[in-house]
Order: sequence, then C-alpha cells, then structure tokens
Amino acid sequence: MKTKTQLVSVALLAVAATFSSCDKSSTAKNERAQNAQASYVAPGEKDEYYLFYSGGHSGQVFVAGIPSMRHITTIPVYAPYPATGYGFDDESRKMLGDYTWGDVHHPALSQTGSKYDGRWLFVNDNANNRVARIDLRDFKTHQILGPIPNSSGNHGSSFVTENTEYLLVATRFSVPLPKGRVADPNDYEKEFNGMVSALKVDPKSGEMSVAFQILTPPFDWDLGSTGKGPSSGWAFWTSYNSEMAHDVLESNASQKDRDYSAIVNWKAAAQAVAEGKAQDMGGVPVLDPAKVPGIMYFLPIGKSPHGVDTDPSGKWISYGGKLQPSVTVVNFEKLLQAINKKDFVHGGDVRGVPVLEYNDVVEGEVPVGLGPLHTQFDGRGFAYTSMFIDSNITKWKLPPWTDEEKKDLNKVVLDKMPAHYSTGHLVVAGSDTAHPYGKWCVAMNKLSAGRHINVGPSQPESSQLIDISGDKMKMVAEAYTEPEPHFAQILKVSEIQPIEAYPKAENTDPNAVWDKEHTGVTRNGTQVEAKVLAVRSRFVPDRIDAQVGDDLTIHVTNVEQTRDMIHGFGLIENNINMVMDPGETKTFHIKLTKPGVFPYYCTNFCSALHQEMQGYLVVANTGQVMPGAVYTSGAGQAPIPSAGANVPATSNPVAPAPGAAATPSPQR
Amino acid sequence: MKKKLSDLLRREFRFLARPLNLWSRLLLFLAAATIVTALFFPLWRMHLVAPQYSDGLDLFIYSYKIVGGGLNGQHLVEINNLNHYIGMAPIVQADFLEMRWMPFVFGLITLLILRSVVFGQMGNVVDLFAVYCYFGLFSIGSFWYRLYQYGHNLDPRAPMTIKPFTPLLLGTKQIANFRESSYPELGAILLCVSVVLILLAGWFSRKETFA
Repeated sequence: MKTKTQLVSVALLAVAATFSSCDKSSTAKNERAQNAQASYVAPGEKDEYYLFYSGGHSGQVFVAGIPSMRHITTIPVYAPYPATGYGFDDESRKMLGDYTWGDVHHPALSQTGSKYDGRWLFVNDNANNRVARIDLRDFKTHQILGPIPNSSGNHGSSFVTENTEYLLVATRFSVPLPKGRVADPNDYEKEFNGMVSALKVDPKSGEMSVAFQILTPPFDWDLGSTGKGPSSGWAFWTSYNSEMAHDVLESNASQKDRDYSAIVNWKAAAQAVAEGKAQDMGGVPVLDPAKVPGIMYFLPIGKSPHGVDTDPSGKWISYGGKLQPSVTVVNFEKLLQAINKKDFVHGGDVRGVPVLEYNDVVEGEVPVGLGPLHTQFDGRGFAYTSMFIDSNITKWKLPPWTDEEKKDLNKVVLDKMPAHYSTGHLVVAGSDTAHPYGKWCVAMNKLSAGRHINVGPSQPESSQLIDISGDKMKMVAEAYTEPEPHFAQILKVSEIQPIEAYPKAENTDPNAVWDKEHTGVTRNGTQVEAKVLAVRSRFVPDRIDAQVGDDLTIHVTNVEQTRDMIHGFGLIENNINMVMDPGETKTFHIKLTKPGVFPYYCTNFCSALHQEMQGYLVVANTGQVMPGAVYTSGAGQAPIPSAGANVPATSNPVAPAPGAAATPSPQR
Repeated sequence: MKKKLSDLLRREFRFLARPLNLWSRLLLFLAAATIVTALFFPLWRMHLVAPQYSDGLDLFIYSYKIVGGGLNGQHLVEINNLNHYIGMAPIVQADFLEMRWMPFVFGLITLLILRSVVFGQMGNVVDLFAVYCYFGLFSIGSFWYRLYQYGHNLDPRAPMTIKPFTPLLLGTKQIANFRESSYPELGAILLCVSVVLILLAGWFSRKETFA
C-alpha cells in the first residue's frame, strides 16, 4: 500500500518536473528566436547602422553593420593593406610616412551643433602620435597628421568639440620636451612633461593642423570628453600617475587615492593664443597654465580613473574609477560656480594650476561594481558603465537624484548584465553628442577566451550587441573581430550617401588617361613613364619596356564608372599591388635593378575574363632595347599596337558595312 | 460594268475633293503638334536586366540621338563594354547616320500636315496617311535591319563566340545572363496618336459637301 502511494507520488513528481522543464525550455527557445530575429538581417536586406570600430594596434578601422554585427569592410589607416592597395601607391605611401603600423584607440565622428554630421571620422595613433581623417564620402583615409610635435602617446585623443572646431589630444606618455631632448627617467618629475594639444579642423576640407598646446605636469593623461550645452567650450581628461612615477607603474602609479582630472577651457586657451600669450616650442604655440590663468584646473578623482564621459545634457560628467568600485559624477554647474568663486583647495595648486575642492563639485559616487571604465548614455536619463573586473555592464540612473537616492546611491543602480569577458569600451549611438539615438549598445570586450571556436593562441576579440530599449538590458548577439577594437562610433546608415565610383569629372590627376590614344610609354634618359588604362578586361598598353637602372613610374587609370568594377595592378616579384577603384588613377615608381620579364596582372576580380587581364614589364639589360619595344614621343600621340584585336582602334569598323550605311533608317 | 467603274471613280473623286471642316483642321493641327512633341521624348527603349545588374541597363533611342540611362549616360558605356566580349560593335551615336536627318523628315511631315490644314482637302488626309505609314513602316523595318546588323556582324576574334542573333525589336528575350526587353516609349506612342488624329480628321469630314 505504502509502496504504491510512494510510486504514484514519485510518478506524479516526475511528470510535474518534466512539464515544468518543458516550460522553461520553450521560453528559452522563444527568447532565442526573438534574439535571432532582432539581429537577423536577411539576404538582400541591409543593416540599419554603421559600427565604426577602432582597430587598435592593427592600425585600421573596422566597419560592421548593426544589428547583424557582420564585418562589412576594413578601412586601412596606419598600416598597409594590400587588399585595397593601400600603402603601395605613391600617395598612400607618402601618407604613411616612416611607419607601417599605428595604434588606433578612439574614433570620433565629426559633429555640428553637437550632432553627427556624417562628414569625417577622426582616429588617433597612440604609438606614433598621429591623427588621421577618414572621409565618409568614400570611406578612405585622406590625411595623416603627425607625429605631433611635443606630444607623446596620443591616447587621450581624438575628441572633437561640438562643431568640430578642434580635435583635442592629451598625452599618455610624458617625455622630455621638446621631443629629441634626452633626460634620465630618474629625473622624471623635473624633466618630463605631458601636453594637451588642440588640432584645428578646417570646416570645409577637414584638413587638420596643430593649432596650440597646453603644457602639463608629467601625469599620464588617459581619456577625454568634450563638453556641450552648459559645458560648451570645456574639455575634461582623466589621468593616472599623479604620483609621477616612472617605473613599476603598476604599483607606483596606484599609490594615491585620487589622481588629477584636467578641466580645460579650450575656448579661453584659443583666445589666449590669439592674444599672444603663448611661447613657441617646436613651431607650436604652447601655453603655460601657470602663466596663463583660467585655461586649466585640476580636480582630484579616485582612483586612477579611466574613462570620462560628458552626458548629453552637458551637465553631468562621469568618471570611471578603475581602481575603486564606483563612478564619480561631477556636477558641471557646481564646477563652474567653484571656478568663478575661486573655490580652490587652499595652497593646493599643482605647478600653478588651481585644484578644485572635491566636495564642492562632486554630485555622488555611484557604486557600480569592480573596475569601472567607460560610460555611455542613452539620452533617456540612463548611463551604462563597463566593469572590467566584474565583467559586467551596469545600468544606472543619472542625476538629478532624490534625497533618498542620494543617501544610498545603490538605489540608482538598476541593472547588471554579464559581458564576456571584461568589457573595455562600450558604445551607444550618439552618446558623445547632445542627441543619442537607437536602442543598441555594443560592448567591446577584452577577453574572448572560450567564447568562439578554438583558433590557437592568438585570439580574436568579442563584441556583444545589447538591446537597451527596455528596463532591463538584453544581450542579443555576439560577434568576433580582429584584434583589437577600443572605442567605436555608431552612425545611422541613412545619414550618409557615400559614392561608389569616382566620377570622371572629379579626377584631376594630370596623369589620368581615359582613352587608348593617350596611353603609352615615354622615355627621357633613364626616366621611363608609363600611362596605363585599365578596363574590362585588358590593360592598355599590355607591354612596358624599360632597362636595368631606369626609374620607372607607372600611372594606372581605372576608366570604369560602374560600382564594383575595381581593377588591381600586381607586378610580379617587385612588391607592387596597386588597386584602383572605378574612376581612380594611382601612381607608383620603382628603381629597376633586376633584368627579366615581369608579368603584371589584374589582382582584383573584375570580369569573366579577369584571368586574361595581364601585361609584361620587360626589363632589358642596360642599353639593350628589345625589338618589340614601342615608345611614344610625348603625351601619347601614336597609339600603341594593342594586343587584343577585338579592340576597335578608332571608330566602329562594323556599322559602315554596305547594307547599314545605305539604309536611311529612321527609328520609330 | 464600265458604268459601275466610272461611277465608283466619280464617287471616289468627290470623296477625295471633300473639304475638311473646322474640327478636322483642328485635329490635323493637333496631329502636327503631337509629332513635334514626340521628338522630345524617346521613341524606343531597350532594357537589360541580369543578376549583376539588378537595377537594369537602359538604352533610349530618340529620333536624333541614342542615349544610355544612368549617370551621364553611363549605361551605354556599360553595354558597349559587355558587348565587346561577344564581338558586337560598340553602339556609337556617330554611326547612326539616319539620326542626322530624321528631325528634317519629321519637320517635312509636319509641314505637309500644316499644308493640309490650310488647303483643307480630304485628299490631303489620304496623302498624309499614306506618307506616314510608309515612313513608319520603313523606319521600323530599318530599325530591325540595324538590329540584325549588330547581331550578325560579330567579330570572329571575340573572346566569346555565340551564334549570331537579332536583338529583339519588340518583346522580351533571354540572351546569356541578360533578360532583354524592347518596347516603344512615349515618343513612339505620341507618333501613333498623331496618325490616329489624322484618320479622325478624315472621319469627321467624310460627309462634308461644298455648299
């Protein structure tokens, strides 16, 4: 009897258990399906947003689409990229200068009226102290400025002001200035200095130039943020190492409870330079804040703070405490009041820079978790901070806070979402403008260990797509990128209309050739110049003659005007791969040192007869001229006998056939 | 028998001598205006679609020019680029000699219509109709012949050898990876309208008498 009841109840329990787990698995399935739907972009459809990732020490910028998180393209900036021919033609080689890599950390979209205007994307190079400008009309790098004088470790960059008047930079590494001067690191405090730089951006062309600089003590400046609204005209940086240590920074730079944040009035600084208050250092006007009051203030923030982010209203400035488990929120209006009332720490200026009184300007320290780094805003009053150590994203409410909340700021911490793993930067579209938009947050994580299929010791990076539209965050998708993104920018696809072919009318290259009559090879002593035309599916000419010892210059014009008709020019065993987009002309020159016949061929697949698109570079011994060599006498008069007979040399050989010409045939 | 024939001829003569009333003359004038308007619009359009060209490539044939669709007529350049693979001669405006004097012919026809507006005789309408039909049929015929020429004089050294073909004059056909459609455009439709107007002009005055 007892056994029977026992059996029945066990059976009932088993049945109940099965049903309840059925329930759970079906909700899990539903959620899975929903997430898949949320990030799925079907074949033939397009993503809604561009995601411009910084490429870290790959030196490039990666472009992905949101919500699919698919990698769409790589924009080469600081490193050669044979896939698009970057770094092989004269122009891009010159732009790269002496370096073949860079360390891209913080991309910044250009802004007008504190809103992305879709013109340019600026990216910094932490390693070689440069800044590059990418034009969003053609997604190409058009300018690399630098190395910036007097500035080393271009990490606290590139941060644009609300109308892209300036691009602001602060140094991670202090060195003896001007650069090139040598001093012993043991004399770090005395001999080394940091620098804040303002690069002027030309409003029409986007051309950057170094405008002025502000000398700082040898703190390690970390991240920056520009103000807007009430904080318009101001910029903020975090630093670590106000201990001014030069070795074992790991511990020596983490001793003090608080480090100085720099509060810079760049408008006042520009004014001061105009008034002649700057000194020249290496050709750049440099302001000494000790001598020019009103341009810089320090605010102690705990502890070795990392990210600093101004909220869309311009009133609240969030500092990620890195080595303390909280985000410090500063009230800019109080800060301005303190400055105006000269409410500084008594006797506490640092090398002439006034230090603000912490309690007068800080609104509160929000207990977000361990290892707070960066904060982004959704424009609806909420902030999202990355926790490196907790491996979380924490959502919290911005001020104004009620008295109750102020008493226990745990109350403003609303949600925590695990990230995989150890998020560095995160990005919400428009968070660094006055108008954030969209429902997405992308977390860029520093460790992808175990999340993806095993690819050996060198690991890719993981990014995660999070839906922040609801009260609670929802992780929807995960993607992997090349090493290694830092910050990113999100732009709505509909905001820009890039071109997909360079219109012929815009090609002002004097060496461009558009018809076969103007192509050819000319010789002037040891200078040989070839003007080549590339079209489906042939090069004209498909033979270039030169000799050992010649300086050979080749200009190739892709005369196509249709999207995706890209031609490459790969020269065998001479380390050349130029790639020309439709309508583009590119040039390279080499000194010929080895004899032989070197084929050149179209490297970028262009047409059904792509394989047949080739030519020969004949490098004869010095003084030897091959019997088949043909040179034109100047800017291409006599046409070269072309290899392909199906190329009508002048006008149409077919139409004047007897029948056609005679018929006075009007069309109807 | 002979009497019936001469009666017929006399009736025919009287018919052809009928005057054109005001409505008819207005319709003829409208026909002339329609022809002039037609010249500003394409007469024919050839549209090519392939997977790699999902938006399609267009060729617009006017009475006086041949133009490709797309930015700056880029489609014509594209079509010629594609045609060279099969050895078809490039379509170049300069080769269409007839386009040099087509506008002249249209002008002449317009003049003849205006002449009929002034002279106002049924016979004029018959003349116009006859000339128009001849002109129209001849045009279509030679257009077809041009198409035949282009499709049959393929360069023997072309990379891809295909059987000579005649691009379609009217309708849709699949050629390799392209679906080609060929249809009259607004210009041709207006020209048809104008011939209908001419016929209507005759119809409205069919019972007119002198008196």
